[in-house]
This record gives sequence, C-alpha cells and structure tokens, in this order.
Amino acid sequence: MKRRSAIALVGLTLALAACDNMANQARRNPYELPYGSQENWPVMPLATAVARDEPLKPPSPPPVTMALLERGRQRFDINCSPCHGRLGEGDGMIVQRGFPRPPSYNIDRLRNVPSQHFYDVITHGYGIMYSYADRVEPTDRWAVAAYIRALQASASASLADVPPDKQKALQ
Amino acid sequence: MAIFTPRANLFMNAALIGAVLLGACLLLAIRVVPVIGYNTQERFAPEQPIPFSHKHHVSGLGLDCRYCHTKVETSSSAGMPSTAICMTCHSQVWRNAAMLAPDRQSLAENIPLRWNRVYTLPDYVFFDHSIHIAKGVGCTECHGPIGDMDLTWKARTLYMSWCLSCHRDPAPHLRPRDQVTTPDWRRTPSTPSGEALMADYHVHTENLSDCGVCHR
Repeated sequence: MKRRSAIALVGLTLALAACDNMANQARRNPYELPYGSQENWPVMPLATAVARDEPLKPPSPPPVTMALLERGRQRFDINCSPCHGRLGEGDGMIVQRGFPRPPSYNIDRLRNVPSQHFYDVITHGYGIMYSYADRVEPTDRWAVAAYIRALQASASASLADVPPDKQKALQ
Repeated sequence: MAIFTPRANLFMNAALIGAVLLGACLLLAIRVVPVIGYNTQERFAPEQPIPFSHKHHVSGLGLDCRYCHTKVETSSSAGMPSTAICMTCHSQVWRNAAMLAPDRQSLAENIPLRWNRVYTLPDYVFFDHSIHIAKGVGCTECHGPIGDMDLTWKARTLYMSWCLSCHRDPAPHLRPRDQVTTPDWRRTPSTPSGEALMADYHVHTENLSDCGVCHR
C-alpha cells in the first residue's frame, strides 16, 4: 500500500511538472505562430479569399459635411502629409529627407481632375507612390479626397472668402 | 548530566541567524524578485531583425503612430506594419542600407518580417487597444517615452496591479482624443480635467475593475 502511494506521488508530481504555465494556452494571438510549431509560417490566405467586411463594390462619394472633412484631415495628416506636406505643397518631411518630390495639389492638372482621381490614386498608387488600399478604408479615401479639395480651395482663397464673423480672427 | 552540552550556544545562534536569513530570503523572493527589471523585463529591448528606431521615425520625422500601426483604433491588436508600409518610403530612401536587407528580402520573398514581442500578455488576459484609444488613453501611458526610444524597450511591468491602478482611477491617465498619439503630450492649463474627460467618454469606474473586463 505504502509503495503504491509512493509511486502515485512520484507519478503525479511528474505529471504536474509537465503542466505549462497558465499564461500559455491553446489560444491564437495576432501574429502568433501556429501552436507548437514554427513551420508553415506565415499562413497565407487562399487565392480566392476575400477580407471580412470587404464591401462588394466601392462606395459612392458621400455628401461633403464638416465631419467628413475633419475625418479627411485626420487621415490626410496621418497617411499623406509625410510626403505631401500638411498643406499639400509636396514638401513633407520625407521629401526633405530625399524622397522624390510629389506635385503640389495646387497645379492646374490636379485642380481640374475629378475627385475620383484622388480616390483611385489612394487605392492603386501612382508612379512611385505605393497603394494605400491596405491602410486607408474606402470611405476614408473619399474623406481624404474631400479634404484635398478643401486644401486646394484654401490655397487660393482670399480674406473675402472667409465668413465675416471669422475674418477678425485672421487679421 | 547537564541539559545543555557545551555546543548548545552554537546551535542556538545558528538557528537564530538561520531564521533571520530565511525570513530575509522569503521577503526578497516575495517582495523584491518579482519587481526587479530582470523579471519584469522592464527597460529590456529584445533583439529585432531590423534595429528599428521609434526615436528617428516618431520624434525625428514626425510620423504619426497610426501611419504604421494602422489598426490600433479599430482592432484589439495595434498591428505591426506590413513590409509594404516600410517599403513605401524605403523603396526610395535608404534603399541600399545593409540594415534594411531583411526588409527587402521580405518584400522579394513575400514573407512577413518576424519581429520579436516586447509586450507579452498571458493568454488569460484579453487586452484591446481600440477601446483604450477610443477612451483617450495615450500611447505613452503604457508604452512610455516610445517616441524617444532608439530601440523599443518595455516601459511597464504589465502586472495586474499596474492595470488596476488605472482601471480604478483612470482620470490622471486620460487626454483629449485628438492627442492620443502625440508622443510628448503634456497637460496644460487649458486641457480638460481627467474627470471632465471621464464624463465625456462615458468612463464608469464602478465596473471597470470587474474580473470579466479583462478575463473571460
């Protein structure tokens, strides 16, 4: 009897020692390797796979509201301003560090293109500019396009364009 | 015959000293060892495939956190930048740098870079970046002076006591939403108070330290 419990004690102790830390469970975290193996990494999606929640067709341009422009400014400052500059002059910090200079938004060609052009450039890239389709959501692309229009309008605006009650702040 | 042999004093002294030493060791093991940097990995910068500098990219160039960590506002994970994001600039700038060779190889072979984790949470903790961003918790609240780090090091212990210190009293850690990614943000006299921000963002502490908030 005594011997059997001794064997059981040793066995159970060994079994307990095999327990891993509770911190490591069979749960997959983002970027974590497949459980227990380093092979077959990365797991590539099937060629026919579609991202979840991906819209079936590109969204149509939303009505331009102040909220859309605010959103556009935020996304523009994050994703575009490093090269295009916060005013769209094409003199962002990365350009100052040697990246080829993009055209200013205020040239005639870009003033006259439809807004769809900006949407398409964000989606597919242009020249040496990479596609931003993986970083800027389709609805945000319209917001950025609207904000670029606002930048263009402000570049050639005069004091008379400002509502009278706001003129004082600029003088 | 004497009760105590001549060596009794020696045994007694040894036992007393031993007890004090044992107590000191226990105190050290329970109170000190868990919080020393070697255990918490605070200030520890794991080796990375590319010695990426946040200091250069954030403080130097002024890139927003979200330029690379694109999903931080909408996902539980902040998201590591894809090779394409690095290459957006580095296909033109520093394109022959030996330091960036793993990046170019990753692009050519279409295999993501494998960065080493700096912040590891146990699997029984369900942390979500997006909700913290949405409630005005700045990046630097947890990631320390990330904008000034040459190599990325772990700035906090990630101990549960540390999580709870903020979940019980979030006010001092909140900032206006549009300043969340500002690396050198400071509270100014015109900044709304933490209490005002809590009311604004509907942060309610009465159930913020419930177990189920972080554990399932």
